[in-house]
Amino acid sequence: MTDEKVITAKALTKKFADFIAVNAISFEVSKGEIFGFLGANGAGKTTAMRMLCGLSLPTSGEATVAGFDVYKESEKIKKNIGYMSQKFSLYEDLTVKENMRFYGGIYGLTEKRIKEKSQQVLADLHMEAEQNKLVKSLPLGWKQKLAFSVAIFHEPAIVFLDEPTGGVDPVTRREFWEMIYQAAQNGTTVFVTTHYMDEAEYCNRVSIMVDGRIEALDTPTNLKKQFNTASMDEVFLQLARKAVRQAD
Amino acid sequence: MRTLKFLLQKEFRQIFRDPAIVRMILMMPVIQLILLPLAANYEVKNIKLAIVDHDHSSYTQQMINKITASGYFQLTGVSNSYNEEMKLVEKDEADIILEIPAQFERTIVKENEAPLFMAVNAINGTRANLGSAYLQNIIRNYNQDIRTEWIQMPRFNDQPRIDITYSDWYNPHMNYQLFMVPGILAVLLTMVGAFMTSLNIVKEKEVGTIEQINVTPIRKHHFILGKLIPFWILGLVVLTLGFGVARIVYGIIPLGSFVTIYAFAMVYLLALLGLGLLVSTYANTQQQAMLISFFLMMIFILLGGLYTSIDSMPEWAKWITKFNPIAYFIEVIRMVVIKGSTLKDISKQLLIMFGFAIVLNGWAIFNYKKRM
Amino acid sequence: MKQFFIFVKKEFFHIWRDRRTLLILFGMPIMQVMIFGFALTNEVKNSKIGILDLSKDEATAKLSERISASQYFDLVENLKSSSDIDASFRKGDTKMVIIFPEHFRESLLHSNSVQVQLIADASDPNTATTLINYASAIINDYQDELMGETKLPYTITTQTRMLYNPQQKGAYNFVPGVMAMILMLVCTMMTSIAIVKEKETGTMEVLLVSPLKPIMVILAKAVPYLLLSIVNIISILLLSVYVLDVPIAGSLALLMFTSILFIITSLSLGLLISSFTASQQTAMLISLMGLFMPTLLFSGFMFPIENMPIPMQVISNLVPAKWYYYIVKSVMIKGLGIEAIWREVLILTGMTVFLLTVSIKKYNVRLA
Repeated sequence: MTDEKVITAKALTKKFADFIAVNAISFEVSKGEIFGFLGANGAGKTTAMRMLCGLSLPTSGEATVAGFDVYKESEKIKKNIGYMSQKFSLYEDLTVKENMRFYGGIYGLTEKRIKEKSQQVLADLHMEAEQNKLVKSLPLGWKQKLAFSVAIFHEPAIVFLDEPTGGVDPVTRREFWEMIYQAAQNGTTVFVTTHYMDEAEYCNRVSIMVDGRIEALDTPTNLKKQFNTASMDEVFLQLARKAVRQAD
Repeated sequence: MRTLKFLLQKEFRQIFRDPAIVRMILMMPVIQLILLPLAANYEVKNIKLAIVDHDHSSYTQQMINKITASGYFQLTGVSNSYNEEMKLVEKDEADIILEIPAQFERTIVKENEAPLFMAVNAINGTRANLGSAYLQNIIRNYNQDIRTEWIQMPRFNDQPRIDITYSDWYNPHMNYQLFMVPGILAVLLTMVGAFMTSLNIVKEKEVGTIEQINVTPIRKHHFILGKLIPFWILGLVVLTLGFGVARIVYGIIPLGSFVTIYAFAMVYLLALLGLGLLVSTYANTQQQAMLISFFLMMIFILLGGLYTSIDSMPEWAKWITKFNPIAYFIEVIRMVVIKGSTLKDISKQLLIMFGFAIVLNGWAIFNYKKRM
Repeated sequence: MKQFFIFVKKEFFHIWRDRRTLLILFGMPIMQVMIFGFALTNEVKNSKIGILDLSKDEATAKLSERISASQYFDLVENLKSSSDIDASFRKGDTKMVIIFPEHFRESLLHSNSVQVQLIADASDPNTATTLINYASAIINDYQDELMGETKLPYTITTQTRMLYNPQQKGAYNFVPGVMAMILMLVCTMMTSIAIVKEKETGTMEVLLVSPLKPIMVILAKAVPYLLLSIVNIISILLLSVYVLDVPIAGSLALLMFTSILFIITSLSLGLLISSFTASQQTAMLISLMGLFMPTLLFSGFMFPIENMPIPMQVISNLVPAKWYYYIVKSVMIKGLGIEAIWREVLILTGMTVFLLTVSIKKYNVRLA
């Protein structure tokens, strides 16, 4: 982890008609950091992340990702990030290898590089035997790990993960987080939303959103100290009780 | 360009992965092209005729013989009662009733003029019109026969006479299929093209993969081209299959050149796929896309001049057809296949179609947003 | 019974929520009636013609004027020579060319005989025949006028009466057809899709564990579409009477009764389709290809059944819409009573009973 800031947000806001989904949030993320983005359903996590990825235009405020402005340079941002959404993002009717080839190709990797990288990823995931199977035939846990590998296939500076471990068993979740650590060690910044509090403990720093605002932002250890509790669960509950907005 | 290569590779893989879809895209038009023209035969023949004969003279007998010998009519009833024959009309078992009054033969000889009555079931206008016209022609001819029988010599030749001769060009055997097959082929190609593209993109929306595409640096027009090109090629394959069927099953060989047809079809497909794309930007689920496409197609096809002539439509409908790409395609494909029109003859339509292609695709690209 | 209505209410909410679909469901019949009623006619009028006048005298000028003044023709082109004819046809618009030979008036007056040549673009055979008939009639009239009052001896005159549809409007033929098509589409396609959707999303399981009998659950899904279809029928009838001027010649009660019978036939068909399909897309495709196409093909309102090859004529008897179309035509247009259509009503009833029994059996097997 260095002091180089790869994500900065200042008073970033998104309104849908009268509804303020994200209310003037400000934060910075350093290179190589694992940044946890916590909040109840409907707190505005996904909207905030979609703005940073260039999927949604902010209403006001400022933000840069990998040094590029989210308003004007979203296409440049896209070259430098990876993204994995809540919804499953691989093509079910393509094989494992075809999916990797496709995503590698559209990020401009050379044929040679795609081949090498595919072999390496397949080996890391122990999926060599499945490389020619259709993605829809794989179990969910494998699909998620594969989706993550594909999201960082082009070795982006930052990877955004939107609730990547939803519906996955604890063992697979554990393996998944090992993959995240591995990526962070290789210098990739990880921006992850989750509502599993045990996962929050794995992050370098955590921000907790309530009703569109960031109510707390620090390392898990500091947060527990500040709220005088033993677990992140408690920190979260104390903050979430203040929420007025209905979860959707 | 390299991005496009990867996109195309992916699209083709996905299309060919599901053999059921490929079979449907290719087989359905072929089957329909074989069946539909058999059904869409608007030739007016076998007109069901009922005769009410109050005269029973040698004249009426001669006339009835002449009518049945013409080949257009099928005698379904002869009796003395109009009401009885009217029952046949009610049951759709007779199209025309010809009533011959009593003393018909005597009247014509004695009084030089005798009337006949015709009652025509006019629910179907074409059949009623053509049927009664045929019948009148036969009666007029028979009238001539009577005259020449009574009048030996050209006493009347000092009257001015205009002889009418006529010829039917391009389709001298009055083959209805020659007219319908190219038109139906145009419609089938349209259905395949419009439905497939719109459903394909909406499916990515529904499944959520479009989100993933939107965070990649893929350029908007690359993504759209990646969707268009495969269906554009498939459309041309369907067209080629269609011409194969037309030749093998119906023996129809275009009088004009294939170059003209394909040149127009290429531009037409571009416009059509643009329309499909546009629908997909407005629909969120496949069901919606299907319904919207169906609704649009129905209006376009009905107003496309496949069944009824555009010339006979009221002004407002003619205006709508000016914005109906299908109408142009049906017109052009018929012109080239039946009449041998050249690229120069269809240049106006080609230019308009280019306009459609640009507007529809431009609108679709404008409407397709990578971010909300 | 109370539970049953709760289910029906839920179904109404589903339909009501999806406004886009609702709009199409109600808009489609109205659009179709308007298009069929106003835009599509089988009559031939305003056909574009060209004239090649090689004599340019008083007589040809008069004839040309007569022809272009008629509602059937629209003179768009004066051709210069016979070599222009082909080019004019190939460019598209011209449907017929009339050729007056040289010295038309002189020949007519002096040798008492002259020829007019009509050349039709026979791409569309019916239009060609009709155009030649119309043009011949105009020329014959002109000739009769030249002859003045002197009448030919031994003349047979014909008086023609057009039954049911004296103005020969296309609407008389199309309205019954549109009714059959719309009902088929709304009832069969929408019902089958609605049921299959519950299967797909898994909510069907939840409904089936409710205390209501399974078959009631299925029927509750069909009820809203029954009502929707009745609304559609009423709007089509109102449009045709007040906008298209197609009156209901027979009994309205009989028309409604038979329409409801046909709606139930279509709903049963929808139930049957839903009983053996698992995805909305399959249901949609089966409804479109397996029902909409045959309805369009074999009901007899767009394609003349009597001209089809025999096997297709036999198949047409299996299509419920064919019988319904016949019934509507008889009752609405011809004004006939039950005595004319009891056979068709029996056939439809038989089909309904058969379809309902099969689909209920299929559902029971599946649920057992």
